[in-house]
Amino acid sequence: MADLYTITNLHLSLPDMTRKPLMGHAPRLEILKGLSFAIPKGAVMGIVGGSGSGKSTLGRCLVRLLTPSSGEVQFDGTDITNLTDAELRPMRRRFQMIFQDPMSSLNPRHRIGTIIAAPLQLHGFDTIKPRVAQALDHVGLPRDFDQRYPHELSGGQRQRVGIARAIALEPDFILADEIVSGLDVSSQAQVLNLLERLVRDLGLTLAFISHDLSVVRRLCAQVIVLQSGVIVENRPTADLFADPQAHCTRELLDAIPLPDPDQVWL
Amino acid sequence: MTYLSVHNLSVRLKRGEPLLRSVSLQVAAGQVHGLVGESGAGKSMIGKAILGILPRSIEISGGEIVLDGVDLLSLPPAERRRRIGASCALIPQDPLTALNPTRRIGPQITNRLVDILGWKRQAAEARARQLLLDVQIAEPDRVMRQYPHELSGGMRQRILIASAFAAEPKLIVADEPTTALDVTVQKQILQLIAGMQARHGTALLFVTHDLGVVSKICQSLSVLYAGKVIEDTGVRRFFAGPAHPYSAALLAATPKYTDPLAGLNPVPEAVLSAVQAEVARG
Repeated sequence: MADLYTITNLHLSLPDMTRKPLMGHAPRLEILKGLSFAIPKGAVMGIVGGSGSGKSTLGRCLVRLLTPSSGEVQFDGTDITNLTDAELRPMRRRFQMIFQDPMSSLNPRHRIGTIIAAPLQLHGFDTIKPRVAQALDHVGLPRDFDQRYPHELSGGQRQRVGIARAIALEPDFILADEIVSGLDVSSQAQVLNLLERLVRDLGLTLAFISHDLSVVRRLCAQVIVLQSGVIVENRPTADLFADPQAHCTRELLDAIPLPDPDQVWL
Repeated sequence: MTYLSVHNLSVRLKRGEPLLRSVSLQVAAGQVHGLVGESGAGKSMIGKAILGILPRSIEISGGEIVLDGVDLLSLPPAERRRRIGASCALIPQDPLTALNPTRRIGPQITNRLVDILGWKRQAAEARARQLLLDVQIAEPDRVMRQYPHELSGGMRQRILIASAFAAEPKLIVADEPTTALDVTVQKQILQLIAGMQARHGTALLFVTHDLGVVSKICQSLSVLYAGKVIEDTGVRRFFAGPAHPYSAALLAATPKYTDPLAGLNPVPEAVLSAVQAEVARG
């Protein structure tokens, strides 16, 4: 199958403001150190790593919220590495993002209907109302939820709104950055099952960033493991779990407490 | 010996709907008791009621909270506060909002020792330094001069653990202390809490939604749904097979990386409506 994303030798460095001298430039801090991989169309790709490994930064390069220092990000045959904001704007509809904390990524003063409609208006869609209703249907929320405010919803419902906002634009690609880490297990299960179904029904390509390998195992076909800005493993999920190669993969697995009092863990 | 014993505790919105329905539980000194349930089940509410930090809009409508043989609710408010302050502590969920961003770390740990317990400042600072070493912060003197924003999430949570143990409390309520952290940091923090708790012989009430965590650090647990205790049992018995269908469904929702097909099953509608009916019957 064709690749939706082709990433070649991606580097990113940011100025380290904590060590900036009074005069002159701040020293650069290397965050991504030459990543190369591809995401095939229709794939569910897991991106895992400990905190500070660069997984969110990588995600932000994919949807071009950050501009790489060097290397190339190709989206569906187009080089988007150095496109300007104006050039990116018409393309942004095609790659959407769902955020970790729905409470801070949904405007508390707007009703759910307005929140889902905003990107539709921005991208010049007509027939906005039916599209909002359809998006709510897709994520399993009642249509009259469009009149509610974010604070009236539970954590799981808020995260569904985040998903509805992303899929309303009929994107090709969705980046989900730690979208279930704030939820309790039962809402986690609901949101993940929903995502699994949407990927299948709508033919989406998904990159799923997480630090929790048990969630990744359930959802993703292929996993990239990052450690301090370098890819240490990029393998099919089943292989990775059968025989984790990198030390940091082992560490991430060992850190998960299994629901079993007999497992020696602490 | 039972240190904390809650009998038929009911909490409600002032003249409104019930939030906790006749909750009973016990925690012995040196034991860890887990409070488990979905968000909104009332897990944190129990901890807040015990510590006397319920929001103004919420009141205790009945029951007893017996701490070290004394019913807290029968005491005058000032005496109740003094007792709770001297013998209990909280490890909060969000390490960023729990620390005052405008003050250095040092005074945030020592203030309670100085203001409430009447320690000398120097003694309090020496104690804080030792505690920071205990939670594996290598340079306590430097950290005590820093502000919260200069520290990582894991570091901040370590500081809150240190300050919870500062006054040698007999009971600590840990309110989802690791949900904001990633798995590797979570493991370190749990190791710290469990180690400190065992060394100090503290009774620990551990609020979480992660049954994996419960199986590792608790000896007993209560499962809550809509403010009602659905199951109260020992950890080994629970993980061998929960007695209540709702607890079983919660366990089935917990992911397991060793088995890709197990876990992450939402609680079935039938189980939900059954447990809702049970709660409504009272």
